[in-house]
Amino acid sequence: MVNVINVCRRMKIRRVAGYTLLVIFGLFFLLPLLYMIASSLNPDEVSLLRNMSTPRAFIPSPVGIQNYIKVFNRMPFGRFMFNSVFIVSTTVLAGLLVNSMAAYSLARFSWRGRGTLVSFIVALMIIPFEAIAVPLLLLTNRFGWLNSYHVQIVPFIANPFYIYLFYQFFLKLPYALEEAALIDGAGWFGIYWRVALPLSKPVLSSVAILHFLTHWGSFLWPLMVTRGPEYRPLTVAMQVFFGGQYPRVWGEIMAFATMMTVPVLVLFAVLQGRFVASVARTGIK
Amino acid sequence: MMRRRELVTQVSLFLPAFILLLVFMVTPFLMAIVLSFTNQRLIPGPVPTRFVGWQNYVMMLRDSQFWAGLKNNFVFVLVVVPLQSAFALALALLVNAKLRFTKFFRTLYFMPTVTTMVVVSVIWSFLYHPDGLVNRLLSSVSFGHWEAVDFLRNRSWAFPAIMFMSIWQGVGFQMLIFLAGLQEIPEFLYEAADVDGASPIRKFWHITLPGLRNTITFVLVSTTILAFRLFDQVMVMTAGGPQDATYTVMLHIYNTAFRRLNIGYASAMTIAFFLIVLAVSVAQRFVLWEEKEG
Repeated sequence: MVNVINVCRRMKIRRVAGYTLLVIFGLFFLLPLLYMIASSLNPDEVSLLRNMSTPRAFIPSPVGIQNYIKVFNRMPFGRFMFNSVFIVSTTVLAGLLVNSMAAYSLARFSWRGRGTLVSFIVALMIIPFEAIAVPLLLLTNRFGWLNSYHVQIVPFIANPFYIYLFYQFFLKLPYALEEAALIDGAGWFGIYWRVALPLSKPVLSSVAILHFLTHWGSFLWPLMVTRGPEYRPLTVAMQVFFGGQYPRVWGEIMAFATMMTVPVLVLFAVLQGRFVASVARTGIK
Repeated sequence: MMRRRELVTQVSLFLPAFILLLVFMVTPFLMAIVLSFTNQRLIPGPVPTRFVGWQNYVMMLRDSQFWAGLKNNFVFVLVVVPLQSAFALALALLVNAKLRFTKFFRTLYFMPTVTTMVVVSVIWSFLYHPDGLVNRLLSSVSFGHWEAVDFLRNRSWAFPAIMFMSIWQGVGFQMLIFLAGLQEIPEFLYEAADVDGASPIRKFWHITLPGLRNTITFVLVSTTILAFRLFDQVMVMTAGGPQDATYTVMLHIYNTAFRRLNIGYASAMTIAFFLIVLAVSVAQRFVLWEEKEG
C-alpha cells in the first residue's frame, strides 16, 4: 500500500517537473521573438530604451504602427520582400522538378553509367557551398550575371542532397502503378509526371521545406553578388539597414525584423507537421 | 530490347540536374583548386594573372588572421557542438515524454530555427545591449553582483555571447532529428526494462543511448560541419571584432576576396579549409564507428 502511494507520488512529481521544464524552455525560445514584436510596436524610441530591460518591454506603451510606416518610407521594403519571395519560390519550384527528375532517372532505369553517377551525387554532398563561393563569384561574373535575379536562382536549383532524398524515396516506391501505365503505352516522361510525382507528395513537401528554409535565410551569396537595392533580398537589406544606421532606431529595426519573420512563422505554424517530417527525413541514411 | 527513344528520355530526365551540378558545383570547385595557385584578382589589375606555385599556401602559414579565425572556428566547434547536441537530446526526451501539449512545445522550440540567422543576430544584439535584458537578468539572478557588460564589444564576452545565441537558434533542428530517432526505438524494450524494475537512468544508458547511435553520429557530424561555416552571426553582430575575438575563416575568406580583391589567396584558404573540415568529419565518423564496433 505504502509502495503504491510512493509510486503515485513519484509519478506526480515527475509530471510536475516535466511541465515546469516544458514551460521554462518554451519561454526561453519564445521570449526573444515576442520581444522583437513588442519592440516593433512601440513608436516612442525613448520609452523603448527606458523599458528595454524590464518586463514592460513586452507590453509596448505607447502602441502604434509608426515604425512600420517609417520602414516603408525609408526604403523599398516591398521590393525586398518581392525579391526574396520571387527568388526563393522560383528556386524551390525549379529545384523540385530538376532534382526529382534526376532522381527518378537514377532510381528507375538501368542505363549504363547510372551506378557511377549515384556515387558522384553522393560525393558532391560533401562540398559545402562555402568551398565554392569565391570561384562561383568569378564564374558568374564572367557570365555577366552579377546583380541579377538569376545569379541568386540558377546555381541553387540542382542540389545533390535533395536528389539523394528523392532517389531514396523512389527506390522504395512500388513499381506496379508505373508498370500499368507503361503497358497502357505511356511514355516515361508522362509516367514520371502523372504517376510517380503525384505519389511523391511526402518527399516533395520535405524537400520544398528544406530548400525554402536554407534559401530564404541565405546571406553570404546575396551579400557577394548584389549591389544596390534592385535585386537585394531581405536578409541583405536587413544587414544594410542594421549596420548602416547611427544611432540605431531599434523600433524600426524590429519592425523590419518582424515583417520578415512573422510570415514564415505563420507558414510554419500552419504546416507544422510537414516541417517536422522534413527535418526528420534529413536524419535518415 | 529497349527502344532507343526510351533510353533518350530516361537519360534526358537526368541531364538538367547533371549540367547544373557540373557548371555550378564541379567547375567552381575545380576552379578553386587551380585559382589557389595563381595571383587572380577579382577585378583585372595591372598585374597579369599567372601561376605562383605554392605562394598562397605559404602566405597562409604566416597569416595571423587566418590562424586567429581557424582557432576561433575550432573553439566554436568544441564548445557549441557538444553543448547543442546534449541540449537537443534533452529537449527531445522532454517532448517525447508522455505529457500533454508536447506538440505545442515542440513547435515553440523549433521557432528560432525558422527565423533566419540575420534576424536572430539583430534581436540578440538588442538583448545583449549594455542596458539590455540579458544584463538585467544576470543582475537579478546574482542579486546585483553582476556588472553590466557590453557583450558584443567586450573581448572576452563577444564570442561566448555569439555561441549562446547560435545554440538558441539551432538546437530545435537537432531536437527534431533526435525525436525521430527516439520514436524508432521499439517500445517493448522499455516495457521489458520496466518489468525488470530498471531505473530511468539505467534505461537511458542501456536502451536510449544505444538505440540512438546512428542518430548521434549524424547529429554530431552534421552540426560540426555547420559550425565550421560560421559567418552570418559574426558578420552582422561584430564583423569579427573586437580585435579579432570573433573572427572566423569564412569571414577572412570573404574579406580577402572583397576588401583585398585577392581571389587567388581566398581560393587557397577555401581549399585548405575544406580539407580541414573534411578531415575532421572523417575523423569523427571513424571514432564514432570504432566505438560502435568495440
